Amino acid sequence: MITLTHYLVLSALLFTIGLAGIMTRRNVILILLCIELMFNAANLAFIAFAKSLGDPSGQVIVFFVITVAAAEVTVGLAIAILMARRLSTLNADEVSLLKW
Amino acid sequence: MVTGFPASLAAWTLLLSPLAAAVAIGLWGLSRRRLAAACAIGGLLVPFACACWLLLHTLRGSLHLPLEVQVSWLLLPDLAIPFGVLIDPLSLLMSLIVTGVGSMIFIYSTGYMADDAGYSRYFTMLSLFAFSMLTIVLANNWLELFMGWELVGFCSYALIGHWFEKPAAAEAGKKAFMVNRVADFGFMLGILALWAHSSPLATERTLNYQLLQTRLPSLLQSGWLSHETLVFIGLLIFCGVLGKSAQMPLHVWLPDAMEGPTPVSALIHAATMVAAGVYMLCRNFWLFHEVPAVLDTIAWVGGATAFFSAWLAVVEPDLKRILAYSTLSQLGYMVMAVGLGGHIAGMYHLTTHAFFKALLFLAAGSVIHGTHRQNIWELGGLRRSMPWTSATFLIGALALCGFPMLSGFFSKDEILVLAHEHNVVLYWIGSVTAGLTAFYTTRAWCVAFLGKAPEHLHPHESPPVMLIPLILLGAFSIVGGYLGIPAFLGEPAPEFHWDVARTSLAAIATGAGLAWLIYHRKVIAAEVIARRFAWLYQLLARRYFFDDAYTWYVEQVQQRLIAGACALFERVIIIGFAVNGTAWLIQLAGRAIRRVQTGRVQGYVLGFCCGIIALLYLAGRF
Amino acid sequence: MAEAIFFYLFAGLALIAALLVVTSRQPVYSVLSLLVAMFCLASLFVLLGAYVVAALQILLYAGAVLVLFLFVIMLLNLDRETLARTRSFTLRGAGTLVALVLGMGLVRIVAHAMAGRSVPPVPEQTGTVERLAQLLFTKYLLPFELTSFLILAAIIGAITLARSTGPDE
Repeated sequence: MITLTHYLVLSALLFTIGLAGIMTRRNVILILLCIELMFNAANLAFIAFAKSLGDPSGQVIVFFVITVAAAEVTVGLAIAILMARRLSTLNADEVSLLKW
Repeated sequence: MVTGFPASLAAWTLLLSPLAAAVAIGLWGLSRRRLAAACAIGGLLVPFACACWLLLHTLRGSLHLPLEVQVSWLLLPDLAIPFGVLIDPLSLLMSLIVTGVGSMIFIYSTGYMADDAGYSRYFTMLSLFAFSMLTIVLANNWLELFMGWELVGFCSYALIGHWFEKPAAAEAGKKAFMVNRVADFGFMLGILALWAHSSPLATERTLNYQLLQTRLPSLLQSGWLSHETLVFIGLLIFCGVLGKSAQMPLHVWLPDAMEGPTPVSALIHAATMVAAGVYMLCRNFWLFHEVPAVLDTIAWVGGATAFFSAWLAVVEPDLKRILAYSTLSQLGYMVMAVGLGGHIAGMYHLTTHAFFKALLFLAAGSVIHGTHRQNIWELGGLRRSMPWTSATFLIGALALCGFPMLSGFFSKDEILVLAHEHNVVLYWIGSVTAGLTAFYTTRAWCVAFLGKAPEHLHPHESPPVMLIPLILLGAFSIVGGYLGIPAFLGEPAPEFHWDVARTSLAAIATGAGLAWLIYHRKVIAAEVIARRFAWLYQLLARRYFFDDAYTWYVEQVQQRLIAGACALFERVIIIGFAVNGTAWLIQLAGRAIRRVQTGRVQGYVLGFCCGIIALLYLAGRF
Repeated sequence: MAEAIFFYLFAGLALIAALLVVTSRQPVYSVLSLLVAMFCLASLFVLLGAYVVAALQILLYAGAVLVLFLFVIMLLNLDRETLARTRSFTLRGAGTLVALVLGMGLVRIVAHAMAGRSVPPVPEQTGTVERLAQLLFTKYLLPFELTSFLILAAIIGAITLARSTGPDE
């Protein structure tokens, strides 16, 4: 019997993997990719709840999440391109301008 | 019958008029000289009128003394300090002296200080002084007395240093204040001890004179106040007298205080402020009466002061300083009188001394005003060029010596009679001092007023505004003995003692005669005597090395050791540790915390997750 | 029964793909692994009855977003992450550790929270286009319109940020 809990556990695991990816990856673009993974994990949780509670609002929210993620990735990648051009590096370690 | 509102009004006006005058001058009179002078003089004439009115009704019998009025001033949970006015024969007499002699000195000042730049400031301080002095006189409790005590100290400082551009004057003011501070410390301890022992119940403690006076026997009997403690209290309170009335060893400030204007010397350092100590002793004689040991100490200190300061006047060339040492000597007489149990005799001498000493100082001021000189060796022949001044000076000098039938004679004789009855040694000391008094007074008279005027001296007589107070004071110096002051205070003068009178007259005659021979007839030159007794002369000229000892102590012990230690403490611990140390610590912390901001996003995410873990742990969800 | 098999199949595949995303050296491999993961998730969405969302996931997410990623990677000519510029091991280790701990915590919370609730296996007609459209254009109309603004802003932003610099700059 596949219960809600199964789906939520899977969602949590995917989320964790994405989080680990953010903290370990060096390349900025790959960090963005891991963020996308986390988004997906969240979407899974929403859909699971939508089914469990019988309320399709969860699916509507996922609709919006996908849209927003698309917009965000667009801008994020544009910034990454800018970074590659101006600072000649995509290494997250080397970009530490926002400090004292 | 005078009671209730008129009496209270008179009492409060008596106290507060000079204060009102001081405030008025401070607000409106600082640039208007005539207004300042008018306010100040009015501020003393009004209380004089009040005092006379009260006196009149007392003598008529329509006013019953003591009259006490007070307001609640400071109200704390366990402490209620009132501010009040106590009118009884003693305070009435003293207020008459302060306001009467004071107003004459104020009028004199308008002439003496006419060319001074700080005219209004002078009168402000004088009025404030008058108020403080009246606070001491009219106080009905120890705390109010102490307030007035400190305040007169401050006014004295301000007035001695009136010409503060002169370094000597500034130094003298500081010295007066410092010496009094030392004395007042002991005084304050005495008052606090008295407060603590005024009742076993904390809520019943009081500093009111009359309450304490009635309670004293029961306190002593019940054992709450032991005899030893009372001795201690008495000695501590006498400390205050040591400072204010310039008894030895805290007499050093009075000669230096002559740097101030002469009317100031007349008012403060002759007639009133220095007499405050004696007044306080007489006011609270009921306390000292219980501790004969303290009275003995007081008598000996007074006698010693009288004797030793008279010797200092013998070699002094400055006219004002001679009078200062003379004041010290006479104060010694008053204190000695109180110590011998004759507080009324002491007050009597205080009164007559106020008359003739103020007169002498004002006359000296007239001389200074007319000749711009203070050294008696630079003066001469003033009898011809300043007749009025000389005549009044002569009257004052004779009264000071104790010339028969003048006021000083009666008061000084009462003291000598007391000494004769109680303490033979002090009697002989007093008699010899009387002779010395005659000597130095005649010396000053002969050198400055008789003889020929020196070449470059062009003296001119003083204006009437300065002469009239001199004449009035002269009149009082003559008739002072016939006013019935001892009777007014409670004890009529004892019957005449011929043997005491004979001895004192002999002493006066010897002293005056010797001075006449040496300084007028020039039988023996003064320099010869000085050379013969060179060691004595040096000792006296250096004022028994008191000043040197104090200076040594202040410079070597106090400043080096104590002040040095304090400075070290401040430098190392307060500035080094507390101030700079705190700054250094914060800088260190700042530098450490700054490292957290690396600018790397992933580091921040890591921190973020750690925070979430911590929160989840604390929330118990783990 | 069948549902369980499909669930475990797609779940396992998604997990493996996710791990590959995080650990691949080549950036293109990461993107492609994410693609696989998205497909698996889309299947899970279908299992859960969200047909429209599954389709949209593949169309938009996998089809547009990941393709954009690929384009940018190729544009920037990213190569395998050079081992020369290695980050300190402790930081990577710390990151993994923290993520693990947090993950464990999350799983435990989730497992205990919803114990007992079940997902009915019978697919109801809640994920159809009509149902979704009904909600979208009535209850969620405002967010719907706002997303159009959002997308506009994103377009403008992206163009402004990434346009090629002319000779005057």
